[in-house]
Amino acid sequence: MSPTILMNALQLGLIFAVLSIGEYITVNIMDSPDLTVDGSFVSGAAVCAMMTLAGMPNLGLICSMLVGALCGCVTAFLQTKMKIQPLLAGILTMTGLYSINLRMMKNMPTVNLFIKGKPAPTLLSNEEFRIAILLIIVLVIVGLLYVFFKTNLGLMLRASGDNEVMVKSSSINVDSMKFLGLGLSNAFVGLSGALLAQFQGFADISGGTGMLVLGLAGIIIGEAILKPKNVGTGLIAAVLGAIIYRFLYTIALRLGFAASDMNLVSAVLVAITISIPHLQKLMKGAKNNA
Amino acid sequence: MLELQNVTVIFNEGTTLEKKALDNVSLTINDGDFVTILGSNGAGKSTFFNVITGSIPVKSGKIFLDGQEITHQPEHVRSKTLGRLFQDPSQGTAPHMTVEENMGLAISSHRSLFAIAVRKQEQEQFKQILSQLDMGLEDRLKTPIGLLSGGQRQAVALMMAVVNPPKLLMLDEHTAALDPVSAKKILEVTNQVIAKDRITALMITHNLKDALENGNRLLIFQDGKVTHDFSGQAKEQLTIEDLVHCYDV
Repeated sequence: MSPTILMNALQLGLIFAVLSIGEYITVNIMDSPDLTVDGSFVSGAAVCAMMTLAGMPNLGLICSMLVGALCGCVTAFLQTKMKIQPLLAGILTMTGLYSINLRMMKNMPTVNLFIKGKPAPTLLSNEEFRIAILLIIVLVIVGLLYVFFKTNLGLMLRASGDNEVMVKSSSINVDSMKFLGLGLSNAFVGLSGALLAQFQGFADISGGTGMLVLGLAGIIIGEAILKPKNVGTGLIAAVLGAIIYRFLYTIALRLGFAASDMNLVSAVLVAITISIPHLQKLMKGAKNNA
Repeated sequence: MLELQNVTVIFNEGTTLEKKALDNVSLTINDGDFVTILGSNGAGKSTFFNVITGSIPVKSGKIFLDGQEITHQPEHVRSKTLGRLFQDPSQGTAPHMTVEENMGLAISSHRSLFAIAVRKQEQEQFKQILSQLDMGLEDRLKTPIGLLSGGQRQAVALMMAVVNPPKLLMLDEHTAALDPVSAKKILEVTNQVIAKDRITALMITHNLKDALENGNRLLIFQDGKVTHDFSGQAKEQLTIEDLVHCYDV
């Protein structure tokens, strides 16, 4: 493989690392996977794309986080105030977001980031600094979250995912923690979508399909390799896993898989990895019976 | 001081399963009281706790804590001044968080949200608190609490409940799930911490001996009512035989 392809894989890996970090907050910290992701990823991309076209690419990245956070808060609202099951709440938000995203993109299925026939300038325009910029973004996020999860508020958020019974009988407001966790998570999901839009030079209305599973794949690969015992290594594992997944993805494409096959590959990968403990038990049982 | 005025709780109202879990209960618990509570299953002991914490709403009646009405206060608001321990040690602590993080959590609501929860200073404080237990937990601050035994977890949960002395400490059969040695140890420590800060405490138990040997007052619940209330000398003179006659164990 040429260095260009490898560099490309690394850059995409860093972009999807932001997605995995976001999902790490819901999946690992809050112990409740959130399906808002497939919608909020596109929302982030759409907002950022429109603002980039308006000449505000960096503000667009910040707004993608705010919009992502807002999407997460909608899901939190459905869960806590409307008492809708977490999975269904996420699906409802995701479904509704499709229409909103399309409106934001002025009813175009793809928005190309071209101004007067030239690529619109963005944070990622300069190819020389692209990796450095992405690396800094990822490291800053990991660093900030690492510190955050050691603050009083961070402990409260972690505890509400770790033992909800205990937190309910404590002075911590479980509902507020759901808003905080889902908001924070989807802020990073939105940012990831926005970075991808700037990287690719376009935003795509269907670009969110399979993003939840893709982010999960990153987390799971990272966990298999690093076996993290605390939040710090957990975050690093999510980043590492996302990058490794992207390299595997690139290899699979070279082997002749179509890009559209990769959703199936991710889904199978996640399904097998999650069921490994159960499969091991079955194998043991079979051995003991033999 | 805790005061209940004519508190009634009805489960499954209007169905054939209707049950008065608390039936017009009026009760005053004075500051510094350590009250042990007996009663058969379904007598209303746990419901009594749950209306105090706010996890079950009352049908009628009022609840006051230190003169302030808390009948309709949300659960997480009251919890700031209440300490509660459950029968199952795993309910009182967050398993994947370390001992020091769990302790940090116990004091977090009184601190700035964005301050680092456990610094050197807090570590020293937690070490000193945990060393009172004499269980070596002060050397295991970095251990995820899920790796500790039930007795050790319950001990940490107890210290978490009293690290900021609560207005009311509620112990819901907190030694029932432990082995006899751990149960004895936890009960000893319970008495120590209650005496140290003169904490007002309620302890539900099924163990008649524990109910007699601890505290200065004893209540017996039956069918949603407080049927017996022994204080001071009357409690000291009670025997297990007396108790057996008071209710069907």
